[in-house]
Amino acid sequence: MEKHVNVPLDDETAASLRAGDYVYLTGTIYTARDAAHKRMQEALEKGERLPLDMKNNVIYYMGPSPARTGRPIGSAGPTTASRMDKYAPRLLELGLKGMIGKGKRSREVKEAIAKNGAVYFAAVGGAGALLSRSIVSSQVIAYEDLGTEAVRRLEVRDFPVIVVMDAEGNDLYETAVRDYCRE
Amino acid sequence: MRTLNVTAITENIKEMCIEANHFLSEDMKCALEQAVAAEEAPLGRQILKQLQENMKIAGEDMIPICQDTGMAVIFLEIGQDVHFEGGFLEDAIHEGVRQGYGEGFLRKSVVRDPLLRENTNDNTPAVIHYDIVFGDRVKITVAPKGFGSENMSRVFMLKPADGIEGVKNAVLTAVKDAGPNACPPMVVGVGIGGTFEKCALMAKKALTRPVNLRSDIEYVRELELELLQKINCSGIGPGGLGGTTTALAVNIETYPTHIAGLPVAVNICCHVNRHAVRII
Repeated sequence: MEKHVNVPLDDETAASLRAGDYVYLTGTIYTARDAAHKRMQEALEKGERLPLDMKNNVIYYMGPSPARTGRPIGSAGPTTASRMDKYAPRLLELGLKGMIGKGKRSREVKEAIAKNGAVYFAAVGGAGALLSRSIVSSQVIAYEDLGTEAVRRLEVRDFPVIVVMDAEGNDLYETAVRDYCRE
Repeated sequence: MRTLNVTAITENIKEMCIEANHFLSEDMKCALEQAVAAEEAPLGRQILKQLQENMKIAGEDMIPICQDTGMAVIFLEIGQDVHFEGGFLEDAIHEGVRQGYGEGFLRKSVVRDPLLRENTNDNTPAVIHYDIVFGDRVKITVAPKGFGSENMSRVFMLKPADGIEGVKNAVLTAVKDAGPNACPPMVVGVGIGGTFEKCALMAKKALTRPVNLRSDIEYVRELELELLQKINCSGIGPGGLGGTTTALAVNIETYPTHIAGLPVAVNICCHVNRHAVRII
């Protein structure tokens, strides 16, 4: 089912999304990948503030290529989400409502998604040029020294994603593959 | 004897890094086109069309096909009658990568130390493989390798008794474990034989062979086709979201091996199977 959704993601909308939904996101999301997650984890352990409030926000696992002059961003497709599995459950407990990436998640993450009424979206891996067209602006808001791995605030318009894991515990990677398996 | 200034190496590698990250080779374009026609899943077809659209935008607007512009893997086949002058060859290669990734607005994805993890900020060093060959030419292959798929690659040290069935199982295991993480549809590079490192290198090299070119060895050619068919029955599909196109090709290279061994390496590449080739 095709849906147009505003981000940040309110609780009702997040709970209503279902695995298999084709969703266009409009609004504000944030980027963070391996190194930024490690720093956020360390900040939490020290009792420090995170660079963004997790509540109802969506994190895009992405490190862009540099922007050419006059453009908001370079190529901007998803990275493999499982590398963030170690950190995701704690962020979901803090109110994170959505994650955009590609690839499988751990059982712990899947359970945390269901428990907290959140969503895991997949963007099409390797379509970074196409996806960059849905990003209107990009601003580094933390960890600038990490270069491509810095935390960025992105304004997106009709950013195309597919719901893979939903609040009911569904996993499109498991069910869709079964439909076409001929072994 | 032919004398070649190393600045020609730098200049070519710079251009090839930029070219490879914005334009896929013709064989990859054809393979995607055939996949769109053959894919049975509606969502799978939609994803494949997005990948075609992505390639078009990349070339027209000069935005890298994928934001992971890779670690630069460079194969140099150097004719034994070539003499280099004007500096150290290896420095010239790294300089080409540095300039290409800088001037081409490509992502710098290399860390200086695998555990300390400080970014080198210019995507150097490259990973370089030299071969000395006959003649007085230099063949350069630049193959930027993304790590979503690299991380899903495997080496299996099989027993001779495992035979061809063991090889099939190894390849299918690697592909199924990779699933959506490796950005399918994939290209699967396989090295069979040699030693531990030789099979891995063959698997990498196999990825630079055009996807429409099958092995010269008859049984290997049959194995390539059989494995492709089996992989595409797995159901993984484009983006791992279900479908009949999980791989575009299986490219296998073989080499003599030891009486006690059957090494098999599976190097997985996503649909952004980049390689630029020049002979100078």
